Amino acid sequence: MKKAVEPAAAFAALPLRFPANPVAGRAGTSFKHQHLTAIIAEGKQDGFFEVHAENYMGAGGLPHRALEAIRRDNPVSVHGVCMSIGGPQPLDKAHLERFRSLVERYEPALVSEHLAWSTHETTYFNDLLPLPYTETTLACVCDHIDEVQEAIRRPILLENPSTYVTFCESTMSETDFIRAIVRRTGCGLLLDVNNVFVSAANHGFSALEYLSDFPLAHVGEIHLAGHAEQTDDEGDLLLIDSHDGPVADAVWKLFEIVIGRCGAIPTLVEWDSNIPDWPILRAEAIAAQAILDRHKVIALPDHSHAAA
Amino acid sequence: MLLLEYAHRVSGPRTSYAGAFSPPLLNPNQATPPTVAGPSGKPAVKRYNVYRNNVTVSLIDALAAVYPAVQRITGVEFFRAMARSHIRATPPNSPLLFEYGREFPAFIERYEYARSMPWLADIARIERAWLDAYHAADGAQMAPAALASVPLEQLADLVFVPHPATRIVCSNFAAVTIFAANRTEESIGPINAGVPEDALITRPDLDVVVRHLPAGGAIFLTNLISGRTLGKAAAAALEATPAFDIGASIAGMIEAGVFTDLNLGEG
Repeated sequence: MKKAVEPAAAFAALPLRFPANPVAGRAGTSFKHQHLTAIIAEGKQDGFFEVHAENYMGAGGLPHRALEAIRRDNPVSVHGVCMSIGGPQPLDKAHLERFRSLVERYEPALVSEHLAWSTHETTYFNDLLPLPYTETTLACVCDHIDEVQEAIRRPILLENPSTYVTFCESTMSETDFIRAIVRRTGCGLLLDVNNVFVSAANHGFSALEYLSDFPLAHVGEIHLAGHAEQTDDEGDLLLIDSHDGPVADAVWKLFEIVIGRCGAIPTLVEWDSNIPDWPILRAEAIAAQAILDRHKVIALPDHSHAAA
Repeated sequence: MLLLEYAHRVSGPRTSYAGAFSPPLLNPNQATPPTVAGPSGKPAVKRYNVYRNNVTVSLIDALAAVYPAVQRITGVEFFRAMARSHIRATPPNSPLLFEYGREFPAFIERYEYARSMPWLADIARIERAWLDAYHAADGAQMAPAALASVPLEQLADLVFVPHPATRIVCSNFAAVTIFAANRTEESIGPINAGVPEDALITRPDLDVVVRHLPAGGAIFLTNLISGRTLGKAAAAALEATPAFDIGASIAGMIEAGVFTDLNLGEG
């Protein structure tokens, strides 16, 4: 009898944190401090805002005051950029503790990280670097996700990467790799549609086929962003995940296909350099919201019959 | 070195992809890792260079964000070349980029092309202190009344609790004037760079403020910040600068928000 009680007691000591999800069906944007005054002047919004976790890991001052201000009236999503989940070495415990503490402090509606690495040995490279897809790397990534989820007591959304190279040693496809991660760790997914488009162009596969293979049922958030065009060694098109401009038409089309299949998944427009004035970024979110709203209506056929 | 190589060999494929991928990122003399390719085994030189470029440019940008006045003084091209040398020699070892660049002022001091600007490193030191103050923990500024209520005979034994944002940078050059002139968009008149200036950096609420300390002020405040009594700090300042104005310095430090609280010391 006593034994049956123990798991419940342990569970009570470490409650899982599943906050209400106030971002369902909403479109949001990256939160940039230069937009704070304009956002507050507009009053209550219907969207949500996403921040890079590392920008709020200082002890105090303006960043926390700005995030508190935006958090009062809007759902917030915390997007980790440098946990190095895809790296072969153990996670940085101090960084994981900072991440845990940030999630506890702001109770974000969504928490996400990347299928990538950014630190090797002691050097932090400040980029989302790619990894080979093998049984060995799969086990390591799953261990890292387990560790993060245990620390923050809630599941994360893992973002699919944009990549420019592939590894000779890879033995499985990216979608098989991601599906196995979801199955083993119980994490959700952040589907970056621009990353799918960029990687498809760079590696010569079909974005639509990738999406058919992707475990869409586990997607809890979508990212949209702008990309730039370059060429590779043969002069073929090489797309760069630059986050420095509006979302491309082709990415909007892919997005609408995904929403048509999955319904109104919370969607975030990222814009991280050459940041425009707030109305321009806001317009991107409004365009995403229009697509989400269109598919909310289609998802309710009885209502549309009644109206007709 | 041998030990490290051994560790790599025994740990096998778990470290190999990052171990092969990492070194050329910040070293242009190293070839594209043989472990990566484009589609259908196409060469990946330009493809891998996207990562080299992302890493290099983003870290230079990170230094430019910490050191905008240094960049304005040197010009963008000079700054980026200097920053590139620094990030290759001393890449970040923390994912928190607002902590990056602590060694940059010392690097500037040694950088041969910056020798004609011997004050440049001190401008960088003020900018680094500015960012530390910006991110420091919040603290309430000490109220002027707190000092007014202390009996006269106990003043010399007072010790002060420094605000987490408080920083002091001492310079043999006109670092505060040069810093201030290059943190605005306005055009700059002639500055006599040879006049020594000490900087006090505080952030009583959200805004970081940089002040020019009077002679003796840096010694006085450094003593107080390290926990010495008001009496001992004043004596040290007066010894270094006989004309040191203790009344004005106390009023100034309260107004600037150098401290959050005071206590009666041991004496």
